[in-house]
Amino acid sequence: MSAAQTATEPVHAEAPAAAPVPPRFAAARRFARAFRGRPAGVAGLSILLLFTLLALLAPAFIGPDQLDVTKVNGPLLAAPSGSYPLGTDQAGRSVLLLLIWGSRESLEIGVLATVLTVVFGSAIGIVAGHFGGFVGRALMHVTDWFIALPSLPLAISLAAVLGQGSASITIAIAVTSWTATARLVRAQTLAVEARPFVERARALGAGNWQIMLRQVLPNVMPLILVSSTLTVAGSLLSEATLTFLGLGSPTDVTWGEMIHDAFFGGAFTADAWWYLLPPGLAILAVVLGFTLTGRAVEHVLDPRMENK
Amino acid sequence: MTPIPDRSGAEARADVPAQVPAPEQTPALEARDLSVVYPGSRGRGPARAVDGVNLRIGKGEIVALIGESGCGKSTLARALVGLVRPTGGQVLSQGRPLDYSAKALKQYRRHTQLVLQDPGGALNPKQNVYDAVALGPRLHRLTEGLPERVHGALARAGLRPPEAFVGRYPHELSGGQQQRAVIAGVLALDPMVMVADEPVASLDASVRGEILKLILHLRDELGLSALVVSHDLGLAWNIADRVAVMYLGRVVEQGTVEEVLLHPKHPYTQALLSVIPNGAEDWRPTLLTGEPPDPTAIPAGCRFHPRCGRWAAASEADRAAAACDRRELPVLTPDGARAACHLLEPNTLLPETV
Repeated sequence: MSAAQTATEPVHAEAPAAAPVPPRFAAARRFARAFRGRPAGVAGLSILLLFTLLALLAPAFIGPDQLDVTKVNGPLLAAPSGSYPLGTDQAGRSVLLLLIWGSRESLEIGVLATVLTVVFGSAIGIVAGHFGGFVGRALMHVTDWFIALPSLPLAISLAAVLGQGSASITIAIAVTSWTATARLVRAQTLAVEARPFVERARALGAGNWQIMLRQVLPNVMPLILVSSTLTVAGSLLSEATLTFLGLGSPTDVTWGEMIHDAFFGGAFTADAWWYLLPPGLAILAVVLGFTLTGRAVEHVLDPRMENK
Repeated sequence: MTPIPDRSGAEARADVPAQVPAPEQTPALEARDLSVVYPGSRGRGPARAVDGVNLRIGKGEIVALIGESGCGKSTLARALVGLVRPTGGQVLSQGRPLDYSAKALKQYRRHTQLVLQDPGGALNPKQNVYDAVALGPRLHRLTEGLPERVHGALARAGLRPPEAFVGRYPHELSGGQQQRAVIAGVLALDPMVMVADEPVASLDASVRGEILKLILHLRDELGLSALVVSHDLGLAWNIADRVAVMYLGRVVEQGTVEEVLLHPKHPYTQALLSVIPNGAEDWRPTLLTGEPPDPTAIPAGCRFHPRCGRWAAASEADRAAAACDRRELPVLTPDGARAACHLLEPNTLLPETV
């Protein structure tokens, strides 16, 4: 609008009777539109949706009988066939059903560890970046200790204390990976806090928490989102590593557990590629899905990345 | 820089001193011996950004604070709104010293507002205009009739019709519209005092005029008191009742607009004014030489003497008598002398440049 235009318009001393409020979630809708324009991101998200859907629907078509080694009656370590599309394991269970069932626990551990990591890491990062001074330094020192923690021995000790299984694996992943998020978020918080709109909010009367939650968090959120998609991928790989090393509960079915069972159950010597490959490929597909989605989100949220 | 009108305009301007409040009235905002010292870093001494400033803004009065970059005027503005805690002296609001507890500061910020120089940066890129303007009222729990309040503020700030702007994001606005949105955010709280740090420095001339007109209008309608920080003398001429000129953390000259801009006494003010083209045949600007001022190394004596033309041109006898390079100057007070200069005595005065 030009200055001349405003000058000619009548001046309304009072606002019109119904003062419209702009629609909420307009930014979310714009985001969805831009995301659809990135095929790699759409492909990644489709992979994730497919696996999520399978995991959620699994109880509808997989009963405990088909997963119980004492109740199944299929051939042992049989190659893929019509009735067993991905073959069977050394106990005669269908690898395909194991794979679908395993996605439940694997995804659960990955997502839960990520949520813990992101919530805790972001909170520490924003508080450390906002307050600076003594509080910030103390928090960053604590973060540095955790960076120095070796994840594998920690996970082994946790498994010894909490017992084997998904809980200790989830905690071990979260405890060792929140530091990266905390440092990232703190750096971004420092950058955001230096911008004038934070000073404006303060001058308008905003307190520390209002600045952190309403001004800094929305501007750090894109980074948190992107980092969390990559953290899920990392968590899934950690879960596979830790369960492969035998830290999982033998009664659970996860992808890492499947590789563990395949390796120690003689799939290598029996040349049973159908038992080893599927869980590995499933991990690869999901990690790829998260990475592709994360990259697309990153591009959509930061249009300046376009030229790089 | 907006050119200063000729003197015929000055006479017309000079006969409206009725708006200038009586000095015994409680000032809306006052700085008393205010100083802000930033700790030194990397081997440099501490920076005395504001070093003993007395400034008074009466109710319904517009004061312009003039000075070059780095003279401490932005720090002074931030200290006045409580964003920077002074290391010495006091800020007084309505005659009461400022309380720096979180609760009292929030109460203070209900009525005293800051407008920043860079409107693009002053708006959160993730918030639309509605949320940006509603920020202040929401913080102070003025949520009743919030849409009307926001639309009213937008209309008063010149973003009309408001419904065309509420859903826009900062990057979809021009610089002038962004600054109006920032000002609307201030107006939404019906402030009594506004401190504006270079409010129009980034705007083009037509928008600048409108924003200044808006500030004058708010003073007349709502009795708003304002401190306008600027390096633009034309702006001071156009809107201010009084002017304070700042050099290296201190006020060096103060007075009404007519006194300071038409009859400057301090050599620094004279130099600032002399560079404005006035169309005269014998126009000769006084260009300041020497190093730009550094608040970490303030010269002894009069802090302006290394760049002072009057000192450079003074005779040996005058120099010995004035001793600008050794003798400290008293800090100006609102009721005291107009200019802080050792060479002001009539017999040593050089011919005035304006």
